[in-house]
Amino acid sequence: MSDEIFHKTISELRKMLDNHQVSPVELVKIYLNRSKNINPTINSVLTHTEDLALSSAKLAEKTINNKKSKLLTGIPSMVKDNISTSGIETTAASKILSGYIPPFDATVIKNLHQDQALICGKTNLDEFAMGSSTENSAFGSVKNPINTTKVPGGSSGGSAASVSAGQCVFALGSDTGGSIRQPASFCGITGMKPTYGLVSRFGLIAFGSSLDQIGPLAKSVKDCAIILNSISSVDKNDSTSIKRPFKDFGEKIGKSIKGLKIAIPKEYLVNGIEQGVRNAYEKSLIELERGGAILEEITLPLTDHALSVYYIIAPAEASSNLSRYDGIKYGTSVTGGKNSIEHTFLSRGFGFGDEVKRRILLGTYVLSSGYYDAYYLKAQKVRTLIRNEFNNAFKNFDAIVTPTTPNVAFNLNEKINDPFQMYLNDVCTIPVNIAGLPAISVPNGIENNLPTGLQIIGPRMGDPTVIQIAHYYEEISEWKRKIQNIIK
Amino acid sequence: MVIFLKYESVIGLETHVQLDTKTKMFSTSSNNYQSAEPNTLVDPVTLALPGTLPLVNKRAVEDAITIGLALNCSIREITKFDRKQYTYPDLMKGYQISQFDQPICFDGYLDLPNKKTSRIRINRVHMEEDVAKLIHVEGPRGNPLHTLIDVNRSGVPLMEIVTEPDMRSTEEVELYISSLQKIIRYLGVGTANMEDGSFRCDANISVRIKGVKRLTTKVEIKNMNRIKAVTRAVEYEIKRQIREIESGGKIIQETRGWNDNKGITVPQRSKEEANDYRYFPEPDIPPLKIQKTLIKKIKSNLPELPIEKKRRFINELNLSEYDSDLLTSSKNISIFFDEVIKHSNNKNKQYIKKVSKEAANWINGEIFRYIKDTGITDISVIPVSAKNLSILITKIIDNEINKNSAKKIFEIMWQKKQSPKEIIEKLDLVIVSDSKQLLNIVEEVIKNNPNAVEDYKNGKDNALKFLMGQLMKLTKGQADPKQSIELIRSKLDE
Repeated sequence: MSDEIFHKTISELRKMLDNHQVSPVELVKIYLNRSKNINPTINSVLTHTEDLALSSAKLAEKTINNKKSKLLTGIPSMVKDNISTSGIETTAASKILSGYIPPFDATVIKNLHQDQALICGKTNLDEFAMGSSTENSAFGSVKNPINTTKVPGGSSGGSAASVSAGQCVFALGSDTGGSIRQPASFCGITGMKPTYGLVSRFGLIAFGSSLDQIGPLAKSVKDCAIILNSISSVDKNDSTSIKRPFKDFGEKIGKSIKGLKIAIPKEYLVNGIEQGVRNAYEKSLIELERGGAILEEITLPLTDHALSVYYIIAPAEASSNLSRYDGIKYGTSVTGGKNSIEHTFLSRGFGFGDEVKRRILLGTYVLSSGYYDAYYLKAQKVRTLIRNEFNNAFKNFDAIVTPTTPNVAFNLNEKINDPFQMYLNDVCTIPVNIAGLPAISVPNGIENNLPTGLQIIGPRMGDPTVIQIAHYYEEISEWKRKIQNIIK
Repeated sequence: MVIFLKYESVIGLETHVQLDTKTKMFSTSSNNYQSAEPNTLVDPVTLALPGTLPLVNKRAVEDAITIGLALNCSIREITKFDRKQYTYPDLMKGYQISQFDQPICFDGYLDLPNKKTSRIRINRVHMEEDVAKLIHVEGPRGNPLHTLIDVNRSGVPLMEIVTEPDMRSTEEVELYISSLQKIIRYLGVGTANMEDGSFRCDANISVRIKGVKRLTTKVEIKNMNRIKAVTRAVEYEIKRQIREIESGGKIIQETRGWNDNKGITVPQRSKEEANDYRYFPEPDIPPLKIQKTLIKKIKSNLPELPIEKKRRFINELNLSEYDSDLLTSSKNISIFFDEVIKHSNNKNKQYIKKVSKEAANWINGEIFRYIKDTGITDISVIPVSAKNLSILITKIIDNEINKNSAKKIFEIMWQKKQSPKEIIEKLDLVIVSDSKQLLNIVEEVIKNNPNAVEDYKNGKDNALKFLMGQLMKLTKGQADPKQSIELIRSKLDE
């Protein structure tokens, strides 16, 4: 098999599997082999789940022989290591969860198993998904496979890198403030955060509960739709999960974008945006216009506040969500404390990394009595205003299009000691989580041999429209193919 | 002491009541923790494994509404949960899911069944989850203290019922607690036992000079696990505060713990040391909308509550306050009593009152005594059915049997679970006070004892006694003595 197989999409591999050009067992061995070869260089995978992948592959083989294959049957995938997998260590890239083996599968994992996707590994991430470069992992940073001196983005950097490097066909990530879209953009692939509630969070290790959402990182827009159709389900185990009002995430794929109204919010061309990113963005807009979309500049003045709101709400929820890690019930336990509370303090002090500690402090502070009204409560009010601002825009528009990030992948260690610069990386993606909207990032250019990304945002439940526009753009722009050429 | 008379105590209670639901407040784990081996009622949610999410127990919400309605509360249309955060190993998640500013029930009241029916206002009833049980033990061979954790109790549905500071005495506190316990049990939502911790109380206490209207600094008392402990602690604390003020001191806002052995309250933490719980809305549970139809349905299914029953017993059945209190002391006793009345199958009001009085006497007398003697735990499982007691009682009222025989019959009913009819037939006890039959016997006695009749006519009082003795012999002691003697006399005097 040539290297080409590692660029193939789910649909392409589907044909090969169903035509018996390759069997699931052969396919999974090819991928695992490549993954294990590459991994020492880029560190994108924390655990290879070879046994699980092979046993699933054998079952998939039967299904295919019985001509009963589903779209994902026998397709090798990986899962971000903050998603619980029964019997397989799940660490959220934190020392505090080192050795923790969940006794249950996350709902998305159950769904993938049901559709017979093959889970080949657990991918690296920023500890508890806190970060934009995957340098905050307790188990070493991830390198961008396109240029290993660069970060892959984060926090789903391991997932993005593993897809980009051909260690798997697709991966699941989680997105709290851009953690799927930004690494997808940095690694030259496609990543989508669906509408909040469409994918169950049960089994996802919580960071910011009201913002977290699981989504796909894949080689094409259509692949994203296929994966979302599998993982999205109403879940009685997640009270915030909602039934999707449409049948198929990809139901609008192939439909013309002629007449669709697309908003261009000027606030997203932020200060400090790289010229190359700006150029790529402007070229993408021309392409969309050429396709018949009606583009119009709008203003979303509250965009500036989204970052502040995010860095109050997300740490507040995180400080609470992370208080269960007490070194008593599971994970790392540091003994020697005089009493149980001291035991907890010792374990947490040892188990959490700096960025996690920073956010716990921030979150604890903004929830403290005397500060609650000024920070958390105010942030919640502004959150409502931001939501309303988006809702108003979507009264007149089908989608909003922005750059995914203001810059391409930066150097390893470049921003790790400057948290604010790091946070600014997510300025275009964060408002989407604040409002619970669907958004996708698709490749839209190459700048200094590094990919750039185009973000398409839809209204709540507008996921099929987002996918429709993204797919149109992907088809006419050919960036997918061009980026494949720069991946080594 | 005289100084105490100058003061008035102001007391409010915060009560935690466990619900008897099948499963826990936010998980599918079994809730029956009192009888379970430690750490067996555990599931990923209870243990707060990473990635787990809370699921609201629908039954617990309905029970909360039931309690709220029984306490005359308004029910909030939209209610939400909040996280209450503190660091202690009894919290699996590191926070407790509770309700902060939008409790499900608010603004109610409970009328105490005392003479003046004091009304205690209920500030709120809210839903939360219980915490794990910690046992601190000495380590082996001089090792430091160990803490053992039993998570079975973790997640048990807990209702917190908060009063306004409306109680003025330990008597009212005691009455409030027993009334609330009764209500919970009547509603069938919990066992409400202080001894096993399914009903727990904290008290907020302040004192002020009589006539003063404003509230003064309050002290919270914790750690009281019997009613007696509550009343003792409250009494102690009132006196402590008065003495403190009288000796020129100041009451500081603090939490004090009751030491039952020493009979004193001791400082636990001051206002400054109080926890900052950092409440914020629980993002994993969307706000709950409580449908009006649900409230209506629950309201229509509410059972008659103790105080309503008591009022009915007194006003409609003419029972004494004392009898009514005893009969409403538990739901099952009151149900048994009502069953007895129902089975008497009579619509005549006067008759019903007679049955009621008789039933009250039997239940509060004979039955309570038998229950006590036999160690039976509840009236619902005694061998005598309400129906059979009702038959016995109507026979007494209809003068078919007298009290003495009734007691004998009852004894057999209890021992052999037989119906009074069966027993009476077997023992040949019928008659006795049926005047026609008794008259026949009297005539027989007079006919057979001419000498005694003669003696009687000659003014010998002993003769009457002799004739009575003969009558009792014939009736095996079942004749009504008063009625018999009257009959003999009137026959002899004819």
